[in-house]
This record gives sequence, C-alpha cells and structure tokens, in this order.
Amino acid sequence: MNTPSDAAPESAVEAPALAPAATAATRPMYWSVRRELWENRSIHAAPLVAAAVMLFGFLIRAMTLPRRMRAVLALDADKQRAAIDMPYNAVAGLIILTAFIVGVFYCLDALHGERRDRSILFWKSLPVSDLTTVLSKASIPLVVLPLLIFAVIVTTQMIMLLLSTALLLGNPPSVATLWARLPLVQMSLALVYALTAIALWHAPIYAWLLLVSGWARRATFLWAVLPFLAICAFEMIAFRTSHFASLLRYRLIGWYPQAFVFQARGSLPADPLTALDPLKFVTTPGLWIGLALAVALLAAAARLRRYREPI
Amino acid sequence: MACIEARGLRKSFGPTIALDGVDLRVEEGRILGLIGPNGAGKSTALHAILGLTPYGGELKVLGRDPWTERDQLVREVCFIADVAVLPRWMRVWQALDYVAGVHPRFDRAKAEKFLAKTAIQRASRVRELSKGMVTQLHLALVMAIDAHLLVLDEPTLGLDILYRKQFYDSLLSDYFDGRRTIVVTTHQVEEIQDVLTDVMFINRGRIVLDCSMEQFESRYLAVMVNPEHVAAARALKPIHERQVFGRSILLFDGADRQQLAALGEVRTPSIADLFVAVMGNQAGEAQGAAR
Repeated sequence: MNTPSDAAPESAVEAPALAPAATAATRPMYWSVRRELWENRSIHAAPLVAAAVMLFGFLIRAMTLPRRMRAVLALDADKQRAAIDMPYNAVAGLIILTAFIVGVFYCLDALHGERRDRSILFWKSLPVSDLTTVLSKASIPLVVLPLLIFAVIVTTQMIMLLLSTALLLGNPPSVATLWARLPLVQMSLALVYALTAIALWHAPIYAWLLLVSGWARRATFLWAVLPFLAICAFEMIAFRTSHFASLLRYRLIGWYPQAFVFQARGSLPADPLTALDPLKFVTTPGLWIGLALAVALLAAAARLRRYREPI
Repeated sequence: MACIEARGLRKSFGPTIALDGVDLRVEEGRILGLIGPNGAGKSTALHAILGLTPYGGELKVLGRDPWTERDQLVREVCFIADVAVLPRWMRVWQALDYVAGVHPRFDRAKAEKFLAKTAIQRASRVRELSKGMVTQLHLALVMAIDAHLLVLDEPTLGLDILYRKQFYDSLLSDYFDGRRTIVVTTHQVEEIQDVLTDVMFINRGRIVLDCSMEQFESRYLAVMVNPEHVAAARALKPIHERQVFGRSILLFDGADRQQLAALGEVRTPSIADLFVAVMGNQAGEAQGAAR
C-alpha cells in the first residue's frame, strides 16, 4: 500500500522521511491525518479484510474455473467480457461499499469521541487549528480511503488474474481469452475516475456526519439519520409523495448515472474508459450543490469545535 | 511585562454566572495558585485564558487576545487539564511523534530524557499506564515544549502523594526557570504552598483574595489563643475563629505580631486555613469582605 496507514511502531523512525516536502503549514495537517490512522485502524483493516474474504470466496469458486472457461469460450465477445469481468467488478464494488460504511462510521465518531473521552483538551492544547482538525478528519473518507481502496482493489484484481491464469495454464485458449477480455489497465483508470466521482458526490454526506458528530452529545447515528427518515415518512403520509426520498437516493447513488454513460444491463463496452462521461458529471448541478453544501457543513463543524465549550 | 492581564472578565452559561467581572494581573515568572471551591469559575477562567471559550471583558495573555489570536498563542502556552485527557488509545511513541510533528517548540530529546527516568515503556498505550504514569507522560511532553505560560488545571487529581510530590518537584527543578509563568488550580492546597509565589482565591466568579506569598506571610497571622485572652483577642477583630481541642485559633489580617504574641502562640497560617476563613465568611455575607 502506498499510504501511511500501515504505520507500525518501527515506521515511526522513518516518519519524517515520509514527509520531506512537508512545510510548516502542512505539517499539522500531515500529523493530524496520521493520528487519525493510528486511532482508527478500521480504516485500513476493513478494506483489507473485505478483500481477503472475497479472495477466499474467489479461490473456492476458482476450482470450477477451467470448466466454466470452456463454456465461456463458446460465447460471443460481449458475453465473454461480461462473464469474465463480472467477479472483478464485483470485488471493486464490494470494497467500495465497505469503504463507504467505514467512512460513515468513522465520521460519526470523529468529532464525538474526542469530546467523550475529554481528549479534545489535549488536542486543543497543541497548535493545530480547529479547521485543520476538521479538514484532516474529512480527508479520511474523501482522500485517504479512496487512495487506500484503489490500491487494495487493484492488488486484489491482480491476484485474482494471476490465480486464474495459473489455474488455466493447461488450456492456452482460455488464458488468451481471459487476458484479451479483461482490460485491467483501463479498468484501473476507470476505477480512479469512479472513486473520484464517488468521493466528490458523497462529500456532503460525510460533511453532514462530521457536523452531527461534533454537535450531538450522544447517539450520533440517530441524530444523523432519523431526521431524514422522519421527513420521508412525513412527506409520504401528508402528501403521498416521495420527493425527499428520491433526493436522498440521488445523493447516495446519483454519481453513477451522472458520471457514466448509461449501459444496458449485461453489456459492457470493450474499453471501460468509453463508459466514462466526465463532461456530464462536472456539468451536473447536483455535484456543485453537494460540494457547496459540504464546504458549508465543514465550516460549520470547524466553527462549532471552536466555539463550543470543550467538554 | 504582564503574562496575563484581565479586566472585567465575564462569562455566563445561561442564567449561571461563571465569571463575574474578574480583574487579574499575573506577572511573568510567577507561579500562581488559583484556589476556589468547586464551581467557583476556576476552569472557566483557565479556559478563557487558553482561548477555549469566548468571554466578555478584556483579556490579554502574553500580549495577545486569546480568543481571536488563539492559533498564535497556543504555540507559547501549555496546558494540562487533568489525568484523563491524554487519548487512551495512543501509544507513548505516537504521542512523542505527534507532538514533535505539530509543535515547533517541542524538544524531543528533552522529553525522551525525562521519560527515561520513569518506568514508562515506549510501546505502551496510555490506557495501559497507571494514572501517575499518564501524568508523568503528559508532564514529559509539556516540559519539553519551550512555552512561556504553563496552565495546570487540577494536574494531580487522583494521584497518590508520591506522584504528587514528584510532579511538583520535577516542575520546579526541571522546568521552572524564573522566566516562565505557571498558573495552577488544585484542591490539594497545602502541598503547593511552598511552590507558589502568588495565591488567588476565586469564589462565585469573583477574585476574593489576590496576594503574593511574601504579602501573605506578612499579612496573615494565626494565633492559638490562651483561654484567658480569648476576649482580648476577639476585640482585635479576627477574620476567622475556630476551635481545636478546646482552644481557639484566631486568624488575623494585618494585625500587629507583637501584640498577638502576648495573647498566645503566633504562626503563619496555611493557605488552606485562610481559604476556609475567607470562604466561610463569603458564605455568611453577600459581599466579599475579605478583600
């Protein structure tokens, strides 16, 4: 992994070397992020465990791979692609989902835990501003987790590919088809794009969770979620409509239709990069409204941490 | 130059008034004990000084406004709240790395040197350390920061007497150099009487006593009055009287030592004696008469 998340005690010695370019202004930010990774080991543990579980499942399933590949060889190119790419995309999707769940629970505790155990008085006794603290915590789901799971997903997919290749060595046409129909490099580039789009699209969600975690005295999850469910229920009962629920659904999964060209189910393009539609994504008002909201919520969280009585 | 200067410092939480127009001035190089009963406003005053809470009135710490210039001020001020605030998940080496990373005035070698004298292991988590060791660790971190002001809010709460004594010994021998200023609040008043250069009593958000220890020693006298002189002693208007084993101990403010010596055994009262006297009078009167 190319992130400092796997910080083991012995890596402490080389820590300054990890940040040679860190200037006086970015040092508090860098150390605040490291501190988050020290405290919340689930940030790197959960995606790794998810990847390991899926690899194990893939391994069990791979016993029948030579037989299944022979069947796949009889299909046309599009169906071959769909059949071969499916587990690779599933792994990516499940690890992304894991990271989302980790990010949600991380944010809910990020500004709450330090008040609960009163360690906020220690953090506040050091020259790290409230804004730096809030931004460092926001960077975990928005920057650190995407980078981390990119590495985890690509590594997992590489292992799957090598494993499959080894199992198919007795059947050269199967190996050739596997490598021909699996555009791993393009998939990785598309993954970078997807992770960026998801992070930007979900930014207001994480910002909201951070604000609630800094505000609520207890039961952060309930405060974060129940108001939305209440509004949905109210709208449903009072007006028999579900506009608000659609709005929430759009915020959760809207990144996909906005950032990618619509695909008919079961048909994948030969090159995954042709499915990207960055122009549509950056011209979606929902993206910019969400980002503006995220900035406002993070500013509110920083202000709250500054103004509120520390304990 | 004054390290801390406050005029009309106010703070209220809803209807509760925590600081009711506090005026205070702490010169550089002093060790001030801020003493007061629970809920007197000590922690609120310290939080205002540290820029942790907004306040009314005027306050300057090291020449800066702690609320608007907190980011600059916090580099020159250190703070130990009490033993509970070091994060429990943190390992000792992580604490050293982190403070070294974020604090430009932290001298890591100094902290390591201090830790080497303790039984604290580098790989231990804070939650695995005893209360006393957590305080030692916190002190090691704080003493290695070249700060101008150190604020200690009940730093030895819950520690046994050995750790408490060691704490103040380290502070005096390894940290205090006559330039730095220390403000400390504690309930264990007797133990720090010899450490302090100044003492301040705070009650119901007001400063009710403010004097240096030299003034304290010349101004206040406790007399264990011989039974036959009790009436004469009471005529000299003691600020407090209490009975111990059937004998009266009277506390005087600014009385003549010679005159008192004729009435019984004269000694300098402890801060705790005076505290009880002042707070007792406070409870009886609407206004602080002890000033």
